[in-house]
Amino acid sequence: MHELLLSVTNDVKQLMRAQAVNANNLANASTDGFKAEIAFMVTSQRMGSLASVPDLSSGSIKSTGRDLDVAVNGEGWIAVVGADGTEAYSRRGDLHIDAFGQLSNGAGQLVLGNGGPIALPPFGAVEVGADGTVSVLPLGQNPNSMAIIDRIKLVTLEESDIVRGEDGLMRLASGNIAASDASVQLLAGNLETSNVNTVSEMVKMIELARRFEAQVQLMQSAEENSQALSRIMRMS
Amino acid sequence: MTQALWIAKTGLDAQQTKMSVISNNLANASTTGFKRGRAVFEDLLYQNQRQPGAQSSQNTIYSTGLMMGTGVRTVATEKLFSQGNLSKTENPLDIAIEGRGFLQVLLPDGSLGYSRDGSIQIDNAGQLVTPTGYPIQPSINIPIDAQSVTIATDGTVSISQQGVAATTQLGNIQLADFINAAGLQPIGGNLFLETTSSGSPQVGAPGLNGLGSVLQGFVEGSNVNVVEELVNMIETQRSYEMNSRAISTADQMLQYVSNNL
Repeated sequence: MHELLLSVTNDVKQLMRAQAVNANNLANASTDGFKAEIAFMVTSQRMGSLASVPDLSSGSIKSTGRDLDVAVNGEGWIAVVGADGTEAYSRRGDLHIDAFGQLSNGAGQLVLGNGGPIALPPFGAVEVGADGTVSVLPLGQNPNSMAIIDRIKLVTLEESDIVRGEDGLMRLASGNIAASDASVQLLAGNLETSNVNTVSEMVKMIELARRFEAQVQLMQSAEENSQALSRIMRMS
Repeated sequence: MTQALWIAKTGLDAQQTKMSVISNNLANASTTGFKRGRAVFEDLLYQNQRQPGAQSSQNTIYSTGLMMGTGVRTVATEKLFSQGNLSKTENPLDIAIEGRGFLQVLLPDGSLGYSRDGSIQIDNAGQLVTPTGYPIQPSINIPIDAQSVTIATDGTVSISQQGVAATTQLGNIQLADFINAAGLQPIGGNLFLETTSSGSPQVGAPGLNGLGSVLQGFVEGSNVNVVEELVNMIETQRSYEMNSRAISTADQMLQYVSNNL
């Protein structure tokens, strides 16, 4: 009896956490470059426990027409500096220039080039090429003097090796730094939206709610069983 | 469970902010020199419930972990400084900036503001001012007997006077440019203020050093794309509904426990 209650209580707790993971996906349905987290149950010893992996499928690409919006086409990641100063990987492509001329993404993380963050001189026009090459037309120069500044570090990551950090950025579980990969393609003037599929998240949410109710009913049965047991004990 | 409630609440907040930005864009679809805004989101911190790669026994490791997100937050409502449509007005004091740069405006507190709105007026002292009455810097005074005002693409303001064959040059309109225009602070009234993230202004004559040129007889309309805003609005509304649904589901689950146990 005690066994049943323990296992059901554990399940209820895991389902609540799964619902939280689900709510986080829905809350980030409009966060550009966001990757959903998929929660699932695994058995460890006797109790089930919740585990999660990032869903690495691509979001849809939306055209914005802004020069510094880039979307990674297909496989690949943009190297940025994480909150702890280490190299991390993101799919966010809404790039900005800060007051020091450094290139960062919408979340304020510096974008890495071939050798550290990319600093741009004052420019009249900026262009990001398909291979990540950043070229600018320096202020006051003729249109024929476009200068190549740096190249955004683009990498491909082994899917099984990707873990999400506490800052939401992806890193390699092995702790290694990925080498840049020339085959990754960028689409300038576009943004990758969040890959959260709101419909399937809603269905998952309903399913979790029903499973939760079933578990609560099991708790009730456990209680009834123990009442019946105590009745029998009294009679004898 | 309460965690799911709070996470969905951050989602509602974010969509609400996005909706305000969209309505502000739509409301300003006909405002001269208006630059549309865009809400930028990021995911909040993750709670590491179980580290992927942790040891499950001496020789084996967990292949997956559990990272629980805590919701979403609005990082910025940034302005997009793409060129608005130029429309011809034939009014000699309407100027549009074609390309980069802002007009410098002297604010009542003595500081400088920056504007893309070029529908200039003349005040009672003959000074060139914005529609709100703030003087354009460097200040230019139009004499009362001016027959016509010409503003050249490089910002030179000249007038013709009765009985005088040659035109008289009065001064130059100058433009200011910023390395990171998106970092300017919008204060309403079509005005922006310099901030640390915008960098300091680089002032120069229009058409030179990468600054835009000045077109007389045109105004720059707002760069709001109404269709895009409507699509954004539909998307925002649906996301809002999904998040509120997450709240009600979490609530129902809690209710089920308290009703049935």
